[in-house]
Order: sequence, then structure tokens, then C-alpha cells
Amino acid sequence: MSDPMRIRASMMGDVVNVKVLMGHPMETGLRKDGSGVQVPAHYIKTIKVSCNEKDVLSADWGPAVSKNPFLEFRFKGAKAGDKVIITWSDTAGDSRSDEATIK
Amino acid sequence: MSSTRRRFLQAGASGGVALLMVASGLSPSFVLAASDNPLAPGDDRKPFEAMTLDEVVKQLGGDKAEASTEIELRAPEIAENGAVVPIEITSKLPGTKMIAIVSEKNPHALSAAFRIPADTEAFVSTRVKVAETSKVFALVQTDKGFFYTDHLVKVTLGGCGG
Repeated sequence: MSDPMRIRASMMGDVVNVKVLMGHPMETGLRKDGSGVQVPAHYIKTIKVSCNEKDVLSADWGPAVSKNPFLEFRFKGAKAGDKVIITWSDTAGDSRSDEATIK
Repeated sequence: MSSTRRRFLQAGASGGVALLMVASGLSPSFVLAASDNPLAPGDDRKPFEAMTLDEVVKQLGGDKAEASTEIELRAPEIAENGAVVPIEITSKLPGTKMIAIVSEKNPHALSAAFRIPADTEAFVSTRVKVAETSKVFALVQTDKGFFYTDHLVKVTLGGCGG
């Protein structure tokens, strides 16, 4: 059900700049739908990013991260052509991994 | 088709206007229900249950966070849509290993925490929900403890940008 992440990883000097857009409702559990029924909480809990089998970022998220989350971060120690792999897992037990090649 | 229209009209007549606003995303309803707010079932991460910056720091294993001018927090002065507030944090503190976003007037104070390995820059940019006008804190953990800086974000739900 989840859409692929849109990942752009590009070299800025010796630093890799990564921008990610994820497709996720990030429901807080507090919203009601049009018929007044509470929409259950459903949000991404963890993010893991690796490159060349090394962790470059990990995150714990709560429901306060905006819908269809955006994330940007920077790391060293990689070069153009290497792959960045990003994985999220959510409160419904779903997870998704996508990768991008550094340009 | 006409029965759909009738149901729609009934919904409107029975005071469903507010609900329709919610459904159309005009009014993020986490704002409306800021009191009773469970995390998702099975989400028992203690730092996310905290209500204040101090509690978040304690749950993350610290004592108290000190104000620091070495943390840069970029956020809008006025957020016309509290559901999408861009936040950018850069820490110049040596040995930064964690960056977190904390909004005390949200149902839960901690929005997100990022662990920063040694080769990763002490920088993150993301977008969070801010329930109402409040200070947003950038909380940073280094080997020496916890530090923060803050930024007042005014949330104008009316969207007039006043």
C-alpha cells in the first residue's frame, strides 16, 4: 500500500546530501473522518539509513512528524555511485525500504 | 447520485460542518483534541510519552538540558498551517550524537529524535506538526550532556497569515 520513497542523494564536495520524501498518512489517532469516526493512529516509528553497510542515520518518530514526511541529512565517507538505503517501519507493522544511487 | 447528495445534505444538517472541515484537511484535528491522546497501541516508547522538555531529557537518560547558542534552529516565525512546519537544526556542539525536536504544547512533547553517527553531519531538516503557538525546542545530546535552543512558532489556523 505504501508508495516508493523519493530519494535524491547528491555529492556536495565530500559530503553526501540526501533528501527523502516518504508516502505515509502519519495519522495521530486524534483525527476524525467525515463520518465522525476516530481514525486510528498510524505513523512511522523508526527510520534507518545505511550506505556501504554502515549506519549513517537512524531516527525515532512519533505522530507529530507531518504527513508524507520529508527528511534531509548529510554524511561523509561515501562517493558518487554508492547506494543509500532507507528503511521505515510503522505502527501497523509495515515497513518499506528504498535505495538511491549517489550522484 | 441523488441519494449521495441527500446523505451529504443530511450530514451537513446534523452539524457535520466541522467534521467536513476536518475531512477536507482544513482543520488538523489533533489541535482540537489536545487532551486525551494515546500513542498507537503497542507504542510504549517512554520518551514519546513525555509532556515537557525536562521529561524528554530524563526519559532519554539525561538530567537537565542547558541553553546553548551553538545550536541553530531554523523554523518559520508564523506557520499558516500547523500540520506542516519546516524545521531545520544544525548543531555546532562537538560530539553531537542526537538531535531531537520538542514542542511542549503538542499532545506529546517529543516529535522526532535522530541519532547522528560520527561521519554524519549534525544537521537535520524535516517537517512536523505544531498544535498551537508555542516554543519549538531543538534538543541536542553530546558526550557532555543535553543542550537546547528554542524558537517561537506562531500557528495561525485561520490561514490569514496575520
